[in-house]
Amino acid sequence: MSPNKSGATLQRRPLVKQLLENAGDDLLVIAGLGSSNWDITAAGDRPLNMPLWGSMGAPVGMGLGLAMAQPTKRVLVITGDGDMLMSLGSLATVATQMPENLAIVVLDNEKFGETGNQATHTSPRNNGPTDSGAGTDLAMIARGCGIADATTVRESGEVAELVKDVRTKKGPVFRLVKVMVEKLEFVMPPQDGAHLKDRFRQALLGHP
Amino acid sequence: MTAAPTQPAPSKLDWRDQIFEVFQDHDIKQVYHVPDAGHGRLIEACQKTNSMRTLALTTEEEGIPLAAGAWLGGQRSVLLMQSSGVGNTINLMGMPKTLRFPFLTLITMRGDWGEFNSWQYPMGQGTPKVLEAMGVLLYSVETADEVKATVDAAARSAFNGGQAVAVLLRQKLIGIKNFGKK
Ligand SMILES: Cc1ncc(C[n+]2csc(CCOP(=O)(O)OP(=O)(O)O)c2C)c(N)n1
Repeated sequence: MSPNKSGATLQRRPLVKQLLENAGDDLLVIAGLGSSNWDITAAGDRPLNMPLWGSMGAPVGMGLGLAMAQPTKRVLVITGDGDMLMSLGSLATVATQMPENLAIVVLDNEKFGETGNQATHTSPRNNGPTDSGAGTDLAMIARGCGIADATTVRESGEVAELVKDVRTKKGPVFRLVKVMVEKLEFVMPPQDGAHLKDRFRQALLGHP
Repeated sequence: MTAAPTQPAPSKLDWRDQIFEVFQDHDIKQVYHVPDAGHGRLIEACQKTNSMRTLALTTEEEGIPLAAGAWLGGQRSVLLMQSSGVGNTINLMGMPKTLRFPFLTLITMRGDWGEFNSWQYPMGQGTPKVLEAMGVLLYSVETADEVKATVDAAARSAFNGGQAVAVLLRQKLIGIKNFGKK
């Protein structure tokens, strides 16, 4: 396990498993490329999961389009800090619509994990020559974009409330979760995008 | 939409209002845009109807995942942008191919025909090539009387034929002198 200079103690796999516990037909999940994809799949692959294998920067927009199309379902976007940094503007677009059924969880390991753990902008300043960022605060950015309910979760004692907020609280809900840098098994869902899309629509709409 | 394609009857409406009618005919529910003067009147018509959600984007790139999400949820959408915006979308413009979902975009061309602003030329001239490279079908309109039939055919290719389709509204159609006006 790599050192965690930020002091994060939360582990992403069991956390995501808790977020998705007893997921039924009313929970629609989109995961960003890389670790978030493997995380939701480790919790149990299901048709109403849309795990991305590319399209960096897409998950929040996808979640918004889906949340507007399906206002009676809960839409949950789970993604990494690197992915979120690529589409900060999409948080402002979410705020223009204020979808009550949308929750966004950013698993912030302060790294581009998938590509070799290079520091992202959320990494602290002066963390050494290969590990320095800007201390960018994505929850503050979300609030600045107009998503008032945007907070940071660091402790295991806060996880139960996190799960409740993400699954049921009136949205849009944005949660930045500081997680450890870990080397985890790749648990992979089907890769074919058309298949993932068709099975999702089949499960949701009754036709592909 | 199972009806056979027909040539819509000539309309007396302004061509931008005709596009709005096509959107309604095809049950488009979500409209995304980074504004362009050429799309101004159409955007306003979409904003005024209760049957569509109209969203301003921070960058055109957002429009593609939004369209993917809308389709996952069973709704049709359209992205309105100008040619310079196409350059902002390139990587995500691969999504319709990867996920194989219907995608429709209407592009007002700049740097195309008598453009006064030199900054518009590189992306304006690159627009058809970039879209083709990403596997997007191109339809092009230069005259007002072809607008309705072309946008209608593009919507059919997208939503019935499952394609990613772009309609280029050429600068000759939009009119060089009309920028800034509705
Ligand atoms: C447009 C684009 N640029 C770069 C990449 C390479 N890439 C793949 S995953 C990734 C980092 C993802 O980082 P993050 O979202 O923080 O995920 P995690 O650390 O949780 O794995 C990058 C840069 C890509 N796939 N697409």
